[in-house]
Amino acid sequence: MSTRKRVKGVLSRLILTLLFKKRAVKIGIYGPPNAGKTTLANRIIHTFVDENEDVGISTEIPHETRRVVRRAGVFIDIKRRLYNGDKGHSSSPKVNRAKLMLDVVDTPGLATKIDFRDFMAYGMDEDEAKRRAKEATEGVIEAIKWLDDIDGVILLMDATEDPYTQTNVVIIGNMEARGIPIIIAANKIDLPDAAPQRIKNAFPQHRVVPVSALKGDNMEALYAEMARVFG
Amino acid sequence: MQKWRESSGKDAEGGGEYRMGIEMNLVSRDKIESMGSMEKLRFILDDVKSGNIVVLEGGLTAEEQMKLIELTMMEVDDNFPGIEISGYPVKRSLLNLRKRTRLTVIGPAAKMRTIKKDKDLISAIISTT
Repeated sequence: MSTRKRVKGVLSRLILTLLFKKRAVKIGIYGPPNAGKTTLANRIIHTFVDENEDVGISTEIPHETRRVVRRAGVFIDIKRRLYNGDKGHSSSPKVNRAKLMLDVVDTPGLATKIDFRDFMAYGMDEDEAKRRAKEATEGVIEAIKWLDDIDGVILLMDATEDPYTQTNVVIIGNMEARGIPIIIAANKIDLPDAAPQRIKNAFPQHRVVPVSALKGDNMEALYAEMARVFG
Repeated sequence: MQKWRESSGKDAEGGGEYRMGIEMNLVSRDKIESMGSMEKLRFILDDVKSGNIVVLEGGLTAEEQMKLIELTMMEVDDNFPGIEISGYPVKRSLLNLRKRTRLTVIGPAAKMRTIKKDKDLISAIISTT
């Protein structure tokens, strides 16, 4: 990124912060390994900051993200179209703006088990696999510690997997106990065996937004929900 | 690391022989409630690291489960890859004023795997090999 662009970005964030007179909310993206957390974080940054900036890399190997990464000063500004269907004006939408200043916190996947032998299945030698497993355990601890400093959580679940895992239950239980707002995003709806309804059925007390972070499907609905819940 | 009972002896009453298996400890609500938070987690993790399955009648809160995951991650090594944990969600009383934890099962990840779980049923496979 050029110095000019960086200065411009810093200034614009400063002006926006002064205008809104409200600090940015820290939104943690949590979930099990391989749910697509970094892909979602990258999607948000590409959409609202810079399409060439990545928060991290995504691969098929679990625990690719082993350190918490915070991207500060992301300004979400979207137009929402609200329809007045009850008065016969359904063809003339009312446009409403949804704005939110946030810090995106991409976290390592939460797990109760990390076995170095699982990494060897991806072609790593034993030493590399052990090193990665060690870093992954540290990443889980770091992600849990960050919960103390988070204003809201996007809990990302893989819509092709069984959502009723203990890790998901524990994250939701902790957020409820702390009174931290939470949005569940059912990711990977672009895949043929995705079943976001299964997630809705498992956690009926929470709003579930089906998305594809990879393809960008239904992201507007997630941004609108983020502005509503975290704003 | 794993505590296995070899089938060379008799059972407690001197009757039939017992076969190789996994020890399962069913812990009453009273015992768990008599312990402090860290004491409780240490008790569970030490038992699970010994290769046992621990079933808590009273269960753990979501916060305690998160702390247990954190503590587990600190102790993961080549021989102990972690835990498998399964439990029913907290049950809330009328008007949502009081929440009650329910049964929680914790076992070594290398030996136990949850295969099905919903709000009132947990099915798990326990490997003895």
